[in-house]
Amino acid sequence: MKQIVILFVFLSIIFIEKDYNILDINNFWLRIKIINIIFYKGVCMQSHAALEYDYSVAKLFTYTTILFGFLGMLIGTLIAAQLAFPELNYLMGEYGTFSRLRPLHTNIVIYGFTVSGVFATFYYSAQRVLKVSMAESRFLMFVGKLQFVLYVILALAMVASLLMGFSSSKEYAEMEWPLDILTVLVWVLWGVAMFGLIGMRREKSLYISLWYFIACFLGVAMLYLFNNMEVPTYFASGGLGSVMHSVSMYAGTNDALVQWWWGHNAVAFVFTVPIIAMIYYFLPKESGQAIYSYKLSLLSFWGLMFVYLWAGSHHLLWSTVPDWMQSMGSVFSVVLILPSWGSAINMLLTMKGEWNQLTENPLIKFMVLASTFYMLSTLEGPIQAIKSVNAIAHFTDWIPGHVHDGVLGWVAFMVMASLFHMAPRMYKREIYSKKLMEAQFWLQITAVVLYFTSMWIAGITQGMMWRAVDEYGNLMYSFIDTVAVLNPYYTIRALAGVLYLTGFLMFAYNMYKTMTASRKLEAEPQFRSPMA
Amino acid sequence: MDIRELQGYASFFMTIFLVVILYSYIIYLYRSEKKGEKDYEKYGNIALDDEIDSPPIERNPKNQSEKKELNK
Repeated sequence: MKQIVILFVFLSIIFIEKDYNILDINNFWLRIKIINIIFYKGVCMQSHAALEYDYSVAKLFTYTTILFGFLGMLIGTLIAAQLAFPELNYLMGEYGTFSRLRPLHTNIVIYGFTVSGVFATFYYSAQRVLKVSMAESRFLMFVGKLQFVLYVILALAMVASLLMGFSSSKEYAEMEWPLDILTVLVWVLWGVAMFGLIGMRREKSLYISLWYFIACFLGVAMLYLFNNMEVPTYFASGGLGSVMHSVSMYAGTNDALVQWWWGHNAVAFVFTVPIIAMIYYFLPKESGQAIYSYKLSLLSFWGLMFVYLWAGSHHLLWSTVPDWMQSMGSVFSVVLILPSWGSAINMLLTMKGEWNQLTENPLIKFMVLASTFYMLSTLEGPIQAIKSVNAIAHFTDWIPGHVHDGVLGWVAFMVMASLFHMAPRMYKREIYSKKLMEAQFWLQITAVVLYFTSMWIAGITQGMMWRAVDEYGNLMYSFIDTVAVLNPYYTIRALAGVLYLTGFLMFAYNMYKTMTASRKLEAEPQFRSPMA
Repeated sequence: MDIRELQGYASFFMTIFLVVILYSYIIYLYRSEKKGEKDYEKYGNIALDDEIDSPPIERNPKNQSEKKELNK
């Protein structure tokens, strides 16, 4: 289009005069010179100005973050309600039961919402800290877009197959083998985009966020491959049973160990590491304050990498796993407090002398609260990993309570805050409503507090009741006694789910209006995100 | 000594070894900054000054466009 306009103006300048004589050579070249000056300079200046960050892939993943966030939280709220009101299990036949929907909830939240958020924030922030644009490489742009297309196919196949009941029955690794292969493809494409951008960078040093994104890429790649080593039974048996079925290559305790090596590190490398990547970029950028201590970030990073990989066996305390390995899981979980708090304290100290921003800017509020919840859940986790505490906590509702401190308070808050920060830069419009953001914050914080307090009480009550014995050593309570006692707490949790989901809808609406109807910005904001 | 006991000892000594490495790294970081060999804190500005046309904190000599500029 631009070329056509240029050609049109070019011809107009040459031929517009009625008495123009094309044989008048001097006049002709003079006109060409004028055009050259106008357009060559114009094009040159434009191409220089046109060298700007390209957010097309980041935008695509932003949409899937919002979509899967809503879907994952909707299903989560439904299954929380099913525990309080069991008749809700029979709304949609086999497709609406708790057992069918629970893996759908966890998988959509992990691989739909969080991973989309990770990709969106990566494609946004990596360009900026490397000072290189996706638009500078057609190949990387193609890779990014291909990754998105395959990711959407994978995510839809995941939703459909889990809803239909195809599951490998390994927690957070339920996807069956064809989907695992597609996952590897999507992940490798992300790696190509990541290392491709790093290869073309103008900034020599890699910023902290990138270390964490690289760790996320490598950690998940290694652990996902090991845990999903499986034999498709249809091919191994010469055509018996379903194509969508496989068995693990490991057996018994070994299988459990590999499973929780992965399971815990899904928390480490999906729910922790890339979210730290986000906060290390977005909090300094939004507040205009450089990170408090770069050296502390180096120590926290290597500490986290060193310790996290060994903590997975705390999921198997009091099981058939060798005793030294259980103790190692416990000890490493407690040591994990140090690097986790190292990052979180670094974040809080970044706000040193600028705490007024907490009251003035709701985005800072989201991020500071996220790092506070990161501290809370990384203290709570090690406490639960102590063997004697675990004897009460294991299999109780305290465990989902702990997970949701982290995911609702840390992961989702940080993902939403990051997208809010990105929106004015990507869409060149101010954030639609500050008031709505404030209301969302208070609604969701109430929800998180209701969720974890109810689950603390429920979990400890449950654990104590299971262990209670009378003077003769007989169990005092049957399982159904605990269920009856826990019902009010399940109702509170369902209410918390409704509140959090409502808050997420407010976020989605605010983002939609920011993209479409908000006031346009003339220049990109440097630090604080503008909001109406 | 059976294999499980060996694994236990291996895990213990590897932990000690890695802790020594980590602490040596901490000492290295602080000492090199104190001697003036390195300035780690300047890298914190990478996130703040992240416009595409703003000068990098440290130029990457391998970047093609940087090479062209240097040749000029």
